[in-house]
Amino acid sequence: MSFEQFIFYLFAAAMLGSAMMVITVRNTVHAALFLALTFFSAAALWLLLEAEFLAITLVLVYVGAVMVLFLFVVMMLDVNLAQLREGFVRLLPVGIVVALLAIGMMAYVVGPGNFGLGKFAEPTGHPADYSNTKELGRVLYTVYVYPFEIAAVILLVAIIAAISLALRKRPLTKHQNPDSQIAVRKKDRLRIVKLEAGTRQPINLEDKR
Amino acid sequence: MLDALLTLVIVLLKIVALLVPLMVAVAYLTFAERKIIGYIQGRVGPLHVGPRGWLQPIADAVKLIFKEIIVPAGANRFLFLLAPLLAMGPSIAAWAVMPLGDNLYITDIDAGLLYVLAVTSLSVYGIIIAGWASNSKYALLGALRSAAQVVSYEIAMGFALVGVLLAAGSMNLREIVLSQEGSLLHWFWLPLLPLFVVYFIAGLAETNRAPFDLAEGESEIVAGFHVEYSGMSFGVFFLAEYANMILISMLTSLMFLGGWLSPFQGIPVLESLFSWVPGIVWLLLKTSFFLLLFLWIRATFPRYRYDQLMRLGWKILIPITIAWLLVVGAAVVGGLGPWFDGA
Repeated sequence: MSFEQFIFYLFAAAMLGSAMMVITVRNTVHAALFLALTFFSAAALWLLLEAEFLAITLVLVYVGAVMVLFLFVVMMLDVNLAQLREGFVRLLPVGIVVALLAIGMMAYVVGPGNFGLGKFAEPTGHPADYSNTKELGRVLYTVYVYPFEIAAVILLVAIIAAISLALRKRPLTKHQNPDSQIAVRKKDRLRIVKLEAGTRQPINLEDKR
Repeated sequence: MLDALLTLVIVLLKIVALLVPLMVAVAYLTFAERKIIGYIQGRVGPLHVGPRGWLQPIADAVKLIFKEIIVPAGANRFLFLLAPLLAMGPSIAAWAVMPLGDNLYITDIDAGLLYVLAVTSLSVYGIIIAGWASNSKYALLGALRSAAQVVSYEIAMGFALVGVLLAAGSMNLREIVLSQEGSLLHWFWLPLLPLFVVYFIAGLAETNRAPFDLAEGESEIVAGFHVEYSGMSFGVFFLAEYANMILISMLTSLMFLGGWLSPFQGIPVLESLFSWVPGIVWLLLKTSFFLLLFLWIRATFPRYRYDQLMRLGWKILIPITIAWLLVVGAAVVGGLGPWFDGA
């Protein structure tokens, strides 16, 4: 077994194992962390394919940002485990059928019929000066420029839609206005009163208002 | 087989040669922090351990090692002990691609900048897991604050790095430095000045340093995410924070201040006068300058309020970086000299 094969089987096993754990562990925070580990192992496998840009972006976007927000939400939730496990035995036959169906479909689509060595040649190593980042950029901005731009616009629309759904005027809540806070100058808040030593002067607090 | 083993040994030696000075630097950075902030506040700082207090960090380390590690009763034991390691790992792993000189690096990969960004984005896991696993309200609040803060400022930081990418035309950190060759005015701090400032501010926020240290927030949430940690498990968080500070400082000097290039390049007499100085000295001097800035800012500015922090990140820094990216893009396309006319 070559070194590459060893690395492949190591990370493939880690990926499958952690993917199994995501759906079997009881604690939701543990499940989210296992999902992060799954992404990480997938990134390692992509590195083996010399797709370093995709691999690092997977870590950056999914592990570094998306999963952090996931964890953020999961930690705030109070999940009632007993309620979740209710009816497990009753629904088990249906679950098994759905799972077998899904596995069958996946095996058909991703199996040797569509992705076998007959359809695609065995990947060969690139020369040392090959840059996956450059190649990806070249293809993305020439051949796939329209799909790329359209996907970007769709994402932008999705962001705007999500924000406009969440944005609502809440007249009853009190909040600070940072702009007016920053615009405050010394003379708006502070009045210097000169006091003669030894004499008492009445301070009229009302004269400013 | 023997060749592979030899490569492995050489790489391990390189890692040790990088990590030992790094850990010493971290120890003495804590000393420098106490001394410098002391002087800024009209005190003298640590003075009694060793000559003029120079053995203070060693004494601190020994103390931390011998203290008991307490695991709270309701804590998730495994994650509680894993969290410090998850905080420390990324801040060390990022050093793998750092070039300390033209031929002085552990690896030299083409996607170096992206790698650094990805690896540093993982350090937030240590903080959130610590907050959750401690089973403490203060720790959880600190962790949530920190997670939101780091994810927000990563965007501004990433956009600032896109500017560097555009200017250098490469993601390889070594090539980024080499594309700044010429003189002090050829360095990227000048054409990328807003991005330089934004990057450093975002770096302050990413490392949870003052004035953005709301994750600790002593006055409201005691010590935030590491309130339940003691002994060396706390010490590792501490080490990670300072290692991250050195990392950000060095990245800033590599990307904006010409890395190991001499500041006297292109100046007739001074260039030959200072040509004997090895490049790493310049890099370390520039890094030390930014570290001083970290400490100086901590001694000067009060802590931000949380809504102010988010406002600064989302409404000020991100628009600035996006606007300046357009400027940089136009300058690169137009071949504006003396920075972009070569390519």
